[in-house]
Amino acid sequence: MVVTASTGLILQRNFLAYRRVWWIFATGFLEPVFYLFSIGVGVGALISGFEVGGREIPYAEFVAPGMLAASAMNGAVLDSTFNFFFKLKYSKLFDQMLATPLTTTDIARGELAWSLLRGGVYSLGFLLVMLAMGLVSSWWAVLVLPATLLIGLAFGAVAMALTTYMRSWQDFELVTLSTLPMFLFSATFFPVTTYPGALRWVVEATPLYRGVVLCRELTTGAVSWDSAVSVVYLVAMGVAGLLVARRRLDSLLLT
Amino acid sequence: MIEARGLRKSFGGFEAVRGIDVEVRRGEAFGFLGPNGAGKSSTMRMVAAVSPVTDGRLRILGLDPAVDGPAIRARIGVCPQEDTLDTELSVRDNLYVYGRYFGMGRREVRERVGELLDFVQLTDKADARVDDLSGGMKRRLTIARSLVNSPELLLLDEPTTGLDPQARHVVWERLFRLKQQGVTLVLTTHYMDEAEQLTDRLVVMDKGLVVAEGSPLQLIREHSTREVAELRFGVAEPGAGHDRHVERVADLAERVEVLPDRLLLYTADGEETLAKVHERGLEPVATLVRRATLEDVFLRLTGRTLVD
Amino acid sequence: MSSPSTSTSTSSAPTSTLRGALRLVDYWATVYRRTWRGSIVSSFITPLLYVLAMGVLLGGFVEADPATLEGATSYLAFVVPGLVAATSMTTVVGEVTYPVMAMVKWNKTYFSMTATPLGVREIALAHLGFVAFRVAVTAAVFLAVTAPFGVYESAPGVLGAFAVQVLLGMAFAVPLYAFAAGLRDETAFSLVFRLGMIPMFLFSGAFFPVANLDAPLEALARATPLWHGVDLTRMLVLGVPDWSMVAVHVAYLLVLVVLGWWWAVRRLTRRMQQ
Repeated sequence: MVVTASTGLILQRNFLAYRRVWWIFATGFLEPVFYLFSIGVGVGALISGFEVGGREIPYAEFVAPGMLAASAMNGAVLDSTFNFFFKLKYSKLFDQMLATPLTTTDIARGELAWSLLRGGVYSLGFLLVMLAMGLVSSWWAVLVLPATLLIGLAFGAVAMALTTYMRSWQDFELVTLSTLPMFLFSATFFPVTTYPGALRWVVEATPLYRGVVLCRELTTGAVSWDSAVSVVYLVAMGVAGLLVARRRLDSLLLT
Repeated sequence: MIEARGLRKSFGGFEAVRGIDVEVRRGEAFGFLGPNGAGKSSTMRMVAAVSPVTDGRLRILGLDPAVDGPAIRARIGVCPQEDTLDTELSVRDNLYVYGRYFGMGRREVRERVGELLDFVQLTDKADARVDDLSGGMKRRLTIARSLVNSPELLLLDEPTTGLDPQARHVVWERLFRLKQQGVTLVLTTHYMDEAEQLTDRLVVMDKGLVVAEGSPLQLIREHSTREVAELRFGVAEPGAGHDRHVERVADLAERVEVLPDRLLLYTADGEETLAKVHERGLEPVATLVRRATLEDVFLRLTGRTLVD
Repeated sequence: MSSPSTSTSTSSAPTSTLRGALRLVDYWATVYRRTWRGSIVSSFITPLLYVLAMGVLLGGFVEADPATLEGATSYLAFVVPGLVAATSMTTVVGEVTYPVMAMVKWNKTYFSMTATPLGVREIALAHLGFVAFRVAVTAAVFLAVTAPFGVYESAPGVLGAFAVQVLLGMAFAVPLYAFAAGLRDETAFSLVFRLGMIPMFLFSGAFFPVANLDAPLEALARATPLWHGVDLTRMLVLGVPDWSMVAVHVAYLLVLVVLGWWWAVRRLTRRMQQ
């Protein structure tokens, strides 16, 4: 994604819009932290821990990278679906932007960049919480920040492309129906080995699973060629999403 | 139908209505005229028995709104300034569920809805969504809704604001029919033509007070001359103004209003005044003699300064 | 094109708040016909997925000991009643936040209602009655669907738990309704969700015993309405009710409903007069 001057303009617009409600921005970081403490620590007290990369780790250390990946997905999807749809159909913000020299590509880029910037801030905060709790056991973890940005880009781009096909708010149930099962079943709370044969392949093919294991491999230091597979998967997903989103926005807005 | 004595309404420290006396009789069409912020809508909300009276006496249909609010509202119809239609329901359902609020039976409401759709010419749109209606159609639907309980008294807050000329005339025509059927109409407006067309009697409100009262004709007679002669001069040079023209015609009229491009001479006989103007050698670009309207009264009473 | 008849209608003032509220049944029935499909995902599929993921799959890794699980013999049996109560909360919170804002601010539907013989009490009662209906349907379906998991020990207990869901739902709905009815700017709802609902969902004993929390946090968790609802629901469906605690829970929730109602009428009255 090329950051241009117009991307900067849209970032600045969003920054101004959020300045008045900074606390919405600030509290957005809390949800995954709450999940970490509740499921990771509270429920974790009832669970002995799981093996990752041939090493037994405490449950909280297992869940934390899962929450990191899942919240990168949730944040990006929320921005690119509900928020994007609102601007597209209701506030007519984009129509207003297109009355200026900005192009649809600028808009798609700017909105995604904003979403990633916000997600990146949250990921960094979460990573610091993990560090403080002793849930990071490898220097590979410095790469987990770019990894969450990649997850955000992949999901955000695809979600934005899909949003251009949405007709009403009712259609957004499909968003919940696809992200919630991934959140709950993509090896976030328990290992993929819980599933029998074929079901396990299905789970391993979901984008969130790729994101979760990538983050987990980085924070626990169990990096392997599998990690590269996850990266390629997510990059391909993001590029495909961006291509579709751009074409669709042109046909939706430039009529 | 409505009797108000020393009626007041304050919001915190702000006095929106500062003691007004109003009486509306059965079967008449009564108007509240005034600029934005004059207190018209506050008065209407008190009359609709949804806004408590701060001070003074108010009786609607002989009842006290503080005590008998629900009983009053059962017998009146309210068409608010902003359409409060349910945008997610169909046109028909908007009327149907609203009718049910009045405790009317399902069959009775259904029949009534059919009649009303016909009355406001929306039968073809019965199953359309409110969002798909034009502004004029929405307005008609709101009026139909306010009639669902066959009200004795109909309150209309700026019924045609924001409508195009065709849509306004359709609304006026419908309201006129209602009046003929004996429904008492009370409306607020800042359109003079609307007040002249629809009302038998009206009050002019300004800054929370009634500044004049009477029929449109009476008001024109009392607060204006019979005719107005307009002299157009083209836009005045900045600074110079039309002062030099005013000096030369001031004694020919009871009152002279100065507009950027013309002078208005308020006088009993416009043609005669015009002739004198020409005698004095003034050469306006164009001239016009017209009857005085409520607009002249209104501007006289409430001033030319923008209120908002 | 004809003129409507001028014969007098049967329009009248309601003789009681309840009768007045019943006039709004057609309105709410129309709303429900339009929206019930949308509620399937949030109030049915979502909690069921949580039961599968947390109760069945993650629960398989929990060493079950009734002593550490408040009497439950498996983690599934522990978490299902917790999720029943938590779902009652999330269902009503969704119904009394943005939809209330729509009624007073965006669509102004309430203003069209007060122009009729109905007043603030009737309107609030009808709206909250609809919310009670929503939570009752959600709870009934959820309890029925989770029954085959075999974690319910007492049939009367399940019936009691159903009634508790309506009470718990109202204990959340009424005060929050009051809050929403007087609110100018809907951004505050984000805080309700992020700092109220989500932490309660996660820490009020639905997923793990509150005794596992540090003492001050445990006290905080026990003060939340959700904990009272979770504990009550769990005791009842597992067939181990401690009647004195049942009384405390019910009293706590009832107080919230009563205070909430008083506050709701007050706040909505003010809002509608501005």
